[in-house]
Amino acid sequence: MAAVTLRRVKKNYGSTTVVHGVDLEINAGEFVVILGPSGCGKSTLLRMIAGLEAITDGEIAIGEKIVNTLEPRERGCAMVFQNYALYPHMTVAENIGYALKVAGLAKAERQARIKAVGDMLGLTEFLERKPMQLSGGQRQRVAMGRAMIREPDVFLYDEPLSNLDARLRVAMRVEIRRLHQRLGTTSLFVTHDQVEAMTLADRIVVMNKGVIEQVGTPDDVYHRPASTYVAGFVGSPGLNLLHATVDRGAQSIRFKDGQSLALDQAQYTTLPDGPIVFGFRAEQTQLVEQGGLKITSSFNEALGSSRLLHGLLADEEAVISIPGDQPFSVASSINVTIPAKAMHFFDAESGRRIG
Amino acid sequence: MIERTPLLNTATYAVLILGALSVFVPLWLVYVGATLTVREINIPELHLFPGDHLVENLQAAWARGHLGGRLANSLIMSLGVATGKVVMSAITAFGLVYFRFPGRMLIFWMIFITLMLPLEVRIVPTYAVAANALWPFQSILDATGLSTVIAALTGVQVALEWNLLNSYTGLILPLIATATGTFLYRQFFLTVPDELLEAARMDGAGPFRFLTEFLLPLSRANMAALFTIMFLYAWNQYLWPLLATPDRAGFGTTSVVELKMLAPTVSTNGGGTPDWNVAMAGCLIVMLPPLLLVAFMQRYFVRGLIATEK
Repeated sequence: MAAVTLRRVKKNYGSTTVVHGVDLEINAGEFVVILGPSGCGKSTLLRMIAGLEAITDGEIAIGEKIVNTLEPRERGCAMVFQNYALYPHMTVAENIGYALKVAGLAKAERQARIKAVGDMLGLTEFLERKPMQLSGGQRQRVAMGRAMIREPDVFLYDEPLSNLDARLRVAMRVEIRRLHQRLGTTSLFVTHDQVEAMTLADRIVVMNKGVIEQVGTPDDVYHRPASTYVAGFVGSPGLNLLHATVDRGAQSIRFKDGQSLALDQAQYTTLPDGPIVFGFRAEQTQLVEQGGLKITSSFNEALGSSRLLHGLLADEEAVISIPGDQPFSVASSINVTIPAKAMHFFDAESGRRIG
Repeated sequence: MIERTPLLNTATYAVLILGALSVFVPLWLVYVGATLTVREINIPELHLFPGDHLVENLQAAWARGHLGGRLANSLIMSLGVATGKVVMSAITAFGLVYFRFPGRMLIFWMIFITLMLPLEVRIVPTYAVAANALWPFQSILDATGLSTVIAALTGVQVALEWNLLNSYTGLILPLIATATGTFLYRQFFLTVPDELLEAARMDGAGPFRFLTEFLLPLSRANMAALFTIMFLYAWNQYLWPLLATPDRAGFGTTSVVELKMLAPTVSTNGGGTPDWNVAMAGCLIVMLPPLLLVAFMQRYFVRGLIATEK
């Protein structure tokens, strides 16, 4: 177990910068998920920590040690790859035990540890098979076993679940979480799946275009997104974002089509006059007969217990969640109110949260 | 192409049968020839069915061509060339694919260009070097005037000499470099997923381990194919062994060169009755080892081709 510290870590490929001076502190034993769309630099960041990519500028420390120039094997990290990267010509046991073989451990001890790891992951009966003969989930377990057996200071997961089918993904997610609880090893998990991030993480790091947008607990990221980017990315569906103008005189915000929404005292005092981006969660609205905001429905997605209703609010796309038994018809008007504490306000220019 | 019409089937079979015949008929004639007597083979009509003198022809060819020693020479040379080529090309391709160093592309293209310079094209300089492997150094010393300086200072005349003619080293070394093999390996290495290298690095494997414990085991099918092809290439060499083994009585030569001596010409049998039957028997013997190798190795590279481990 070790803390991982990144200081102004930067990565250039030629003249393009893919990671712009990232600062991040990961505590020993913590499970941190780096969340972002493809191409945001999250995998690059992980690979730089692993030592598979050189860093252009800055500093990476694992524990007390600066590891900038160390070889991957000297950093005490173990990595699980997206496509498992199992060694096709070795049996499962050889795959799992390879690191120990390289380290020069005696055969007897190696076998004892392979067996222990195999037992823990339910691979005992597959130890003599080749990776080719395993299913996706079993391969994933072998990849985990290969990482675990070294008892590393840090686990690095590079989108390890994205090649699995939906059901298996959920099962493996639970297994990874359980494993972390048991071993307590510092873990970094890269994914583009916000559900994975929410369910696994102690803390989530949301990345976009090579910069960190927000670092926080799943609750933080969900309930107090730091920017419109995080707001739109986290949650399913993401936060509704609408352009509006604050009218301090009328203590309200006004939408483009003239509808307005009253602000309470606290909000009124913190918000500046002028254009802002207003946000609210689909599932935090209440249907009302009269008043509130008017939404014109266009289509819906039935999810069983609830129904996601897509429509236009002040000529902008918005989604609200209504009970599953509520009838739906196209092009009808629906009125909703939004509780004051479910309202989010962002700067219109920078997209940063302002209240 | 998944198309099945009677016409197309017939045409396909015709092509296949024609191909098979063009390979098989000459072989059959060699075999028939090897079973006849001198008289039978020299009458104008073509024999299509074997006679019963195979064993004595084989014995005659074996004795006259010193085939025991010649086959051993061929075998040593071919094994040496094939092994050397496999090792050289694997290491060269490993260097080219997995390391970044200045002049990498230059070296790559230099190897590429050697495809245009087979042994036959550079036979004269190669012979000169084989006759005295230190000749290039001697030339440098002479050209720079260093040898005169040394002679003037110490009174010793520098004459470097290392003759490779009539030796296995001389037979093998000039044939070992191979652009084809290097490309074969390079292409294979390029198909190995990067993650495999990365996972191996995370597990602590260095370059040498990665080569010996990953790339070489994974390229077994490749290796078998390359070894077989290169063995045949070396076995069938004629020009180089002919030049590189002038000492026929002592070191001897390879079996393929010796085969030429078995063929009856004015120089080899002094205008007597041409005994093609013995020459054909010699052919049969010399053909056998490569045939056995192909039959044996085929299993490996065919298996490698159908069961691609990924």
